[in-house]
Amino acid sequence: MQNILKIKNLNKNFGGVIATKNLNLSVLDGDLHAIIGPNGAGKTTLVSQIFGQVFPDSGQIFFQNIDVTQISEYKKSRLGINRTFQITSVMKSMTVSENIQLATDKIRENSLDFFTTFTNKSYVLEKIDFCLGQVGLIEANNQPVASLSHGDCRKLEIAMALASDAKLLLLDEPMAGLGPSETQEMIALLNKLKGKQTIILVEHDMDAVFALADRISVLVSGEIIATGEPNNIKRDSKVQNAYLGEA
Amino acid sequence: MQFIRSFKFFILASLLVFPIIFNQIGMSFYLDLATRLCILAIAAVGLNLILGYGGMISFGHAAYLGLGAYAVGIPAHHWLYGGLDFLATTNGFVHILIAIAISGLFALLTGLICLKTKGVYFIMITMAFSQMAYYLFVSIEEYGGDDGLVINTRSEIPLINLDDPIQMFLVSFSSLIFFMWLVHLITKSNFGLILSGIKDNEARMVSLGYNVYFHKLIAFIFSGIICGFAGVLLGNFTTFISPEMIDWSRSGELMFMVILGGVATVMGPLFGAIVFVILEEVLSSITIYWHLPFGLLLITVVLFFRGGLSSLFSK
Repeated sequence: MQNILKIKNLNKNFGGVIATKNLNLSVLDGDLHAIIGPNGAGKTTLVSQIFGQVFPDSGQIFFQNIDVTQISEYKKSRLGINRTFQITSVMKSMTVSENIQLATDKIRENSLDFFTTFTNKSYVLEKIDFCLGQVGLIEANNQPVASLSHGDCRKLEIAMALASDAKLLLLDEPMAGLGPSETQEMIALLNKLKGKQTIILVEHDMDAVFALADRISVLVSGEIIATGEPNNIKRDSKVQNAYLGEA
Repeated sequence: MQFIRSFKFFILASLLVFPIIFNQIGMSFYLDLATRLCILAIAAVGLNLILGYGGMISFGHAAYLGLGAYAVGIPAHHWLYGGLDFLATTNGFVHILIAIAISGLFALLTGLICLKTKGVYFIMITMAFSQMAYYLFVSIEEYGGDDGLVINTRSEIPLINLDDPIQMFLVSFSSLIFFMWLVHLITKSNFGLILSGIKDNEARMVSLGYNVYFHKLIAFIFSGIICGFAGVLLGNFTTFISPEMIDWSRSGELMFMVILGGVATVMGPLFGAIVFVILEEVLSSITIYWHLPFGLLLITVVLFFRGGLSSLFSK
C-alpha cells in the first residue's frame, strides 16, 4: 500500500514548550490510523499542523507525495484533507442539510454563484441523503442544528467530512463528551467508514481505539515512541511505561 | 403567513401611493420625506447585506453615500465651471458608473485591510476609513471644503426628469424595490449560503475549504456599491453635498435602521428606515433633544425584540 501522508522530522515549539519533536509518521492509504497519547502529548498540535492551522518550525509534510507543509488551511481542504474538531464545530444557526450543503464540493466550486442556488440540484440532494444516511441523521434533515443533541452534532460533523469527499479524514477526539451508548454508536459508524477512507483518529477512549485501529502511533511529549498494530502496541514495554501503565 | 405577506405588500403599496396623493393635494413635504426614506432604505439594504447576512459590522457606510453623491456633484461642478474636462458631464449614466467604480474601489481597498480584523477592531477601522474620506472632502477647497458643494444640475437620464419631485420619488422607490429583490436573490444563492455560513462559524468554513477572506471582500464590495448608488440618488435629491454626509454619526444612523428593522431580513432595512425617518420628523418637531427618546427606543428594541421590528411580523 501507498503512503497517503508522510511526515518527516517535524518540529514545533510554543515559546519554551516543545509540542512536536522530530516527529516522523507514515499513514498508509486506506488505513484507520489512531494516534494516542497522554494529555498534553501534542496530539491536537500535530493534527493542526497536518491540516495547516499551525505551521511547523521545521520538517515536512507530504500528502500524496506533494509537499503541503506551508499550504494554508482552506487549500489543504481542497486537496482532500478534512478534519473534525475536538470541540464540536458546526454552523449552529443553520439547518442540518445546509451544513451538509456547505461541505459539498459542488457548492464550494460554484461559490461565486450570486443568483442561483444548488440547494435543489439532484446531486446535492443525493449527497445529503447519502451522508446523513451513513450517520443516521436523515430524519433531522431540516432541523436547525441548535436543536440537536451533542452526540448528533458529532455525527453531523462526520457527515460533513463525508460530504467533502475527503481522501484523508482527521478526527480529533470524535468520542469526546459522548455517553456510553453514543460512544458505541460512534464506534459502529467509524467501523462502517473504515476501509473506504483513510482516517487519522486522535482519541482518548482506549476501547474505541483498539476496536477500530489498523495501526496505532503513540505520542508522548511530542515524540512518537511506537507505531504498530494494536496487539504489538499493547505489548510494547515503552508504551506500557509511558502511557497505558499509568492508568 | 398569508397575513404577513399581505401586510408587507400593504406597507410597500402605501409607501408608493400615499406620498403621491399627499403631493397632489399640496402637501409636497410628505413626498420629499418618502423620497429621502427610500434612499436611506437603499443604503440600509446595502449595509444589511454585510451586517445582517455576513456578520460584518461596518461603522463606515456613510462614506459610500458621500462618494456616490460627490460622483454626481463633482462632474456637474466641472461641467458648469470648467476644469477637468474628462470628468465634466451631467450624464446620469456616467454619474452612476463613476459612483459604482469609486465606491467599489473604496470598498476593495479598505476591505482588504478591514477584513483582516474582526469584532470591535473591524468596527473601529471601518469608521476610521470613513473619517479619512470625511477629512479628505473637508480639505478640498475646490469642492467647497466643509461648506459643501451645491449641485446645480441634476443627473440627466433619457426620458426621466429628476427635477420633477414625483419622478425623483418613483426612481428612488423602484431602485429600492430593485435592490431589495437583488439582495434577496443573492442571499438565497450559493454565495448567500456561504455568507451565512461564514457569519455563523468562520473557522469551520475555512476548514471546509472556503476562502473566507475573499468571500467577505466580495460581499463588502457589493454592499459598498449599493450604498454608492444610494448616494447618487441622495445627491440628486438634496442637490447639495457636504462632508457632513460622510460623518460617522451618519454611519451610525444606517446601522440604527438595520438593527431596528431586523438584521438579515428583506424588509428589515425598509422598516428601520420608515421608523427612523418618521420618528426623526415627529420627535424633532417636539423637542430639540429628540436623540434621547430615540436612543431609548433603540435600547428597547435591542433588549426586547432581538430580531428587530420584522420579528414582530414573522412569528
